[in-house]
Amino acid sequence: MKNLPWTPLVIIVTMLFVAVFAPVIAPHSPIDQTLADKLMPPFWEEGGTTKYLLGTDGFGRDVLSRLLYGARVSMIVSALALLVGGGVGLVIGIVSGYFGGRLDNLLMRIVDAALAFPAILFALLLAVTMGQGLRTIVIAISLLLWARFARVVRGEVLAVKQRDFVALARVHGCSPARIMVTHILPNVMNTFMVLLTLYVGVVIVTEASLSFLGAGVPPPTPSWGLMAAEGRGKISSAWWLSLPPGIAITLVVLAFNLFGDWLRDRLDPKLRQL
Amino acid sequence: MSGDIVLEVRDLHTHFFLRRGVLKVVDGVSFSLARGEVLGLVGESGCGKSVTALSLLRLLPQPAARTVQGEVLLDGENLLTKSDREMRQIRGRKIAMILQDPQTSLNPVFTIGDQLRESIAKHHPGPAGAVTQRAIDALRKVKLAAPEQRMHQYPHQLSGGMKQRVVGAIAISCEPQVMIADEPTTALDVTIQLQYLKLLKELQQNSDMAILFITHDFGIVAKMCDRVAVMYAGRIVESGPVRQVFDNPRHPYTQALIASVPKMKRQVGRLQTIEGQPPAFSDLPRGCRFAPRCPLADERCQTTYPRSFAVGAEHTADCWRLEAAA
Amino acid sequence: MRRYILRRLLQGLVLLVLVATIVFFLGRLTGNPVDLMLPEDATPEDRRALTETLGLDGPLHQQFGIFIANALRGDLGQSIRHRQPAVEVFFSRLPNTLLVVPGAMMLAVILAVPLGILSALYRGSIIDRVAGTIAVLGIATPHFWLGILLIYIFSVQLDWLPTSRMGDYRHYILPTVTLSTFLLAGFMRLIRSSMLEILDSEFVKLARIKGLSETIVVWKHCLRNALIPVLTLWGVFMGGLVTGAIVTETVFAWPGIGRLTYEAVIFRDFPLLQAAIIMDAVLIVFINLIVDILYAYVDPRIRLAE
Repeated sequence: MKNLPWTPLVIIVTMLFVAVFAPVIAPHSPIDQTLADKLMPPFWEEGGTTKYLLGTDGFGRDVLSRLLYGARVSMIVSALALLVGGGVGLVIGIVSGYFGGRLDNLLMRIVDAALAFPAILFALLLAVTMGQGLRTIVIAISLLLWARFARVVRGEVLAVKQRDFVALARVHGCSPARIMVTHILPNVMNTFMVLLTLYVGVVIVTEASLSFLGAGVPPPTPSWGLMAAEGRGKISSAWWLSLPPGIAITLVVLAFNLFGDWLRDRLDPKLRQL
Repeated sequence: MSGDIVLEVRDLHTHFFLRRGVLKVVDGVSFSLARGEVLGLVGESGCGKSVTALSLLRLLPQPAARTVQGEVLLDGENLLTKSDREMRQIRGRKIAMILQDPQTSLNPVFTIGDQLRESIAKHHPGPAGAVTQRAIDALRKVKLAAPEQRMHQYPHQLSGGMKQRVVGAIAISCEPQVMIADEPTTALDVTIQLQYLKLLKELQQNSDMAILFITHDFGIVAKMCDRVAVMYAGRIVESGPVRQVFDNPRHPYTQALIASVPKMKRQVGRLQTIEGQPPAFSDLPRGCRFAPRCPLADERCQTTYPRSFAVGAEHTADCWRLEAAA
Repeated sequence: MRRYILRRLLQGLVLLVLVATIVFFLGRLTGNPVDLMLPEDATPEDRRALTETLGLDGPLHQQFGIFIANALRGDLGQSIRHRQPAVEVFFSRLPNTLLVVPGAMMLAVILAVPLGILSALYRGSIIDRVAGTIAVLGIATPHFWLGILLIYIFSVQLDWLPTSRMGDYRHYILPTVTLSTFLLAGFMRLIRSSMLEILDSEFVKLARIKGLSETIVVWKHCLRNALIPVLTLWGVFMGGLVTGAIVTETVFAWPGIGRLTYEAVIFRDFPLLQAAIIMDAVLIVFINLIVDILYAYVDPRIRLAE
């Protein structure tokens, strides 16, 4: 127990807490505009009040509340994207690794092609063709993940495939589907879990970047990336718009990465190459 | 045959300092090598033979490993007290070494010629033409066909056996006094192994070079070496002239090793093996290290490390069973 | 070597076709592609004309054929916002991006190579720790925010550098630095890990056995081998460069193809976005091929093969 990485864990738990309880702890609504109070600085600067601890943005919205609600967005989008992208990657990895042969070849070539091209471009295209929204961004980020997951999972499957209990199952006449679900899947779960934690950071940054570029969750829903984008033009006069979201992102991603590294070292050190 | 001593190792101790403890991988090893002689250092994998060789050249993996005690006298000078710079003059020039795996011993991005000339230019500097000629001569000595062409080729264009010859050429190119051969044939095809051993023997006989031949294969020792030292768990347990040790092994471990060499001439029911595993370096027994696996061990063997007993001309073994006869 | 290059060329072409196909389908997915490709004030005649030229009322595979035929002729549609052929707009902005990219790459290399090598040589030392921290932060910090932060520090607070757009040499500094961060952490980690691997290899041991000095062992024997993975794994960095260009140019309002992409998204200019993506793919394939040729030349195992 004493070897747990405490600092990262505290940050992660805090973020999850904030994400879940944002409606309760946020001092204001994140989307209500109070134009009379717009562009007020944080409370420790001249002109700021304790009513808006971190100041307000161009529409009079409380920055702190938006920051807290932004955690929700990050969490929801990340969770969904990891489930979808990771899930697809898991399935393809297992199928490809188990069957091998030409199917494996074909799938891995597609994976290679997917890895060779920056997924962000397709994410942007999706935003324009499908419109901005939760569905769009989850699909967009999943595009980034599935190939990486597929490749690593496939590697694991190749190793598990060789083990005796798989041969035994085949001898007993189990169908491939059954083998894959009951024998292969549980044995790659370790790796899958580690991958999930390792990629949370990437997903959060990607969501922020896409939101920054106007291809993420649509306004007025607060996303950390969107907040940074909105504040970019006013950086010289209102630094509290762009800088706090970035700090939040960096801290959270750092925490998840450190935790992911620790988890990887415990569960599956082979992945250190990643 | 017994010329003057060119290399003498006295009470060498090399330890590995790891997080989980100190591993005494070489724990009091002494032997001597005479000019023109081939000494075999035999033992199972992991008994400390390679670490001994690296200790002589002071090429231990740092900072984990260090030689903590002992003397290594090359022509009377203690190598362990030399500076880094002095050692670099000695490596390649006075002591050379060939490694086990020819596939990885050569740098893939440089030509054979480059890698040969590098060594020669360092130890026998001179005009480019002379250096190149020396390199070609070295390739000829190791019987590599078309040496001039080989100079321009890259390692991946040569077979394993040819690569190992190149490694040999690099080793002899500066006419060393001592060559350390660390399992040079283990990674070669069986058909090539014999050829390579013959080559080494020839090179040695033509030059007065002494060879420290490290191997786990007693069969090779019988063919190549004049004398042999048997190593177990960091210490030498028996040493002497090859014929004597082979015909009359006195340490139970040596006996077991020799018995386990498959002999073509006689039919055997089963191949002999030695039960058990060598002890871990982090957990060495107080007494004789072979005692846990030895059929002749008694109480004293478990508690006190045996002395060295003379069992023939220049033939010694460290075993309590020999006390009675001594 | 020829066979290797041919194979890579083929792979590149396949990638190009794949990208074009996906872009095509995404454009036709929405049900009313005409709306995507025309400005809001388009007349019914405009609509009809476009439907005819692109065959939008015909079967999908016919549309695809027209699409490919047009693409090969260099026609990737008309930008809604610029009212010009999208490809033309793309090429007019490309030079601006090319002004920043080489500097960014050089900066990344100049910083990453020594740091990577030194942190491998002196594993566990301060340098290694510093490099490690840079790498960890480099992955956690969103690059767009880093750019904004740099602007805040150097432009707003210190007033040393301008905040955005092109201009004299001072305008180049922050965008170049920001773009290089997309490559820096990755380069450094790669060089460090490949150096560590090579330092452990047998031929390095043999080089030491020959009596060569540590300097020669590292700089001559290790380095060349350690740089090879940078070339083989270049594809990953290429992706980072493209993403980096988009983000950096958006942050700094730099009028290059990255910002063009951003504008296409903001203004929902589908034809421009489509063109940008396909042209990006062409650029990527082209640059990858050059890197592949470089690699084939540098590694004798490839150079002297078939």
